[in-house]
Amino acid sequence: MVIKMRLNRTLKENIEGYLFISPALLGVIIFSLGPMIASLILSFMQYDIVNPPRFIGTSNFKALLTDPLFSKALFNTMYYVGGVVPLRLIVALLAAILLNQKIKGVTFYRTAYYLPSVSAGVAISIVWTYVLDPQYGLINSVLRYFGIEGPPWLQSTTWAMPGLILMGTWSIGQPMVIFLAGLQGIPTHLYEAVSIDGGNWWHKFRYVTLPMLTPVIFFNMVMQTIGTFQVFTSVYVMTNGGPMNSTLVYVFYLYQQAFQWLKMGYGSALAWVLFLIIFTLTVLQFRISSLWVYHE
Amino acid sequence: MKNSKKFKTTIWEIFLYTIMSIGALIFMLPFLWMISTSLKPSTQVFIYPIQWIPRPPVWRNYIDSLRSAPFGRYYLNTTIITALTVLGTVISSTLSAYGFARLSFKGRDLFFLLILSAMMLPNQVTVIPQFIMFKLLGWLNTFLPLTVPSFFGPPFFIFLLRQYMLTLPKELDDAAFIDGCSKLQVLVLILLPLLKPAIFTMTILTFLGSWNDFFGPLIYLSDMKKYTVTLGLTLFRGEFATYWNWLMAASIVAILPCLLIFMLAQKYFIQGIALTGLKG
Repeated sequence: MVIKMRLNRTLKENIEGYLFISPALLGVIIFSLGPMIASLILSFMQYDIVNPPRFIGTSNFKALLTDPLFSKALFNTMYYVGGVVPLRLIVALLAAILLNQKIKGVTFYRTAYYLPSVSAGVAISIVWTYVLDPQYGLINSVLRYFGIEGPPWLQSTTWAMPGLILMGTWSIGQPMVIFLAGLQGIPTHLYEAVSIDGGNWWHKFRYVTLPMLTPVIFFNMVMQTIGTFQVFTSVYVMTNGGPMNSTLVYVFYLYQQAFQWLKMGYGSALAWVLFLIIFTLTVLQFRISSLWVYHE
Repeated sequence: MKNSKKFKTTIWEIFLYTIMSIGALIFMLPFLWMISTSLKPSTQVFIYPIQWIPRPPVWRNYIDSLRSAPFGRYYLNTTIITALTVLGTVISSTLSAYGFARLSFKGRDLFFLLILSAMMLPNQVTVIPQFIMFKLLGWLNTFLPLTVPSFFGPPFFIFLLRQYMLTLPKELDDAAFIDGCSKLQVLVLILLPLLKPAIFTMTILTFLGSWNDFFGPLIYLSDMKKYTVTLGLTLFRGEFATYWNWLMAASIVAILPCLLIFMLAQKYFIQGIALTGLKG
């Protein structure tokens, strides 16, 4: 009798549990796992939505190796990531240190520094197209005050990518806030110890702030690398991949293949290669981290 | 001695404020430039040196630019999509997070791990099959592909809420059970009020994500009547490529809700990022 009641109770607990998590479970199966498997299968197929899919073995992946636009897109993306991630992290760290000072009005400044990250997207990309306008843009106008003739930015194959990197560096909000939280977690007695030993602000930064912050720097680096590797909107709005494919980045190329030219199989192959690249980069960052990340 | 120390602090503060203000100016400048341009007559857009204060300010730019494209319709569409997305995310994440945080059932930890691993999967891997699936369902060119997935618990927010729920004492639940509450009642009546900060953060992040979303509307919506603000803005830009004053006016209107929400909920917002960032 007692055993039966207990059985009933565990059964009831189980059913209730599954009911509560059913949205999540269904969601993962329908929108993540299922598509993931489908995408893997699709990458071995030729499929244009209109005609039935056709199995073509590893042809998509072989085609990738000789596709000049694939290597171009990969190179451009590396260029973008290699530019934005270090610059954004350095600026974000400096801003966080500045905003961590205990003085009045710091909230106002925090809002100002964060603002570019709230509105990321199409509107900001349009504004930056104008900011980078060679003739009437904000940057070149300011440079002209100092007698410098600025580059033609988005209209030149050399300068379009630096222009996009500049815009990417401008929105530091997310890593900055995480740095701020990290800074606030550093115990003050460590700084006091440096003071007692006669150290100055540089010693405090070099021997307390920086080592204590390495786990946060690492976290930001990993997240920002993953995020910037998927850059799309600014490229779509500002350069459309041009001029002469100089800003053709990976996800933009994937979008063109899959959704403009309806090459769903090739697009899926591109997606899986992207996943593998990001995965490898992340694993690599974790491996190297033991050399420089300080753990208490 | 005391005076010289005070003097030193003042100098230091002036120095700090100067540096911080220069930084703020750099981050705000594109926004100020945006506002300034949006109020200029066309003749003043193309002059050098920059005229920061438009004389006279042309408020009509806002009316003219908003009239030249169906921005009202775009706004309505985006509001519907965003509202449904927020609603779906909050309901489904709360239910699922409660299951993972408070109930014990077979395979719970395994399922949780499954959801966590889904979080790592980049959007690009799933988007093509999702597109094909929605096409087969006949959902292309509707709001369904943009809203329905949010009713199935986005992994990131389930994770966030579960972590938050684990910090709440379980005695609260037990007391309510003794009083005869069901599990759903405990969740809604006891836990929900305590989860407010986390739900607030989730709402803001979902709102911004949905309002600014571009890739989703771009691939799923083709009928101009169904366009969202972001999509309508790119169309508008194609038509009025050099009407910078109009473009800036429309852009300001497009991001206004995000700016307002950010200003009003600044504290929660920054707390939320730090919380999710460090624990994620």
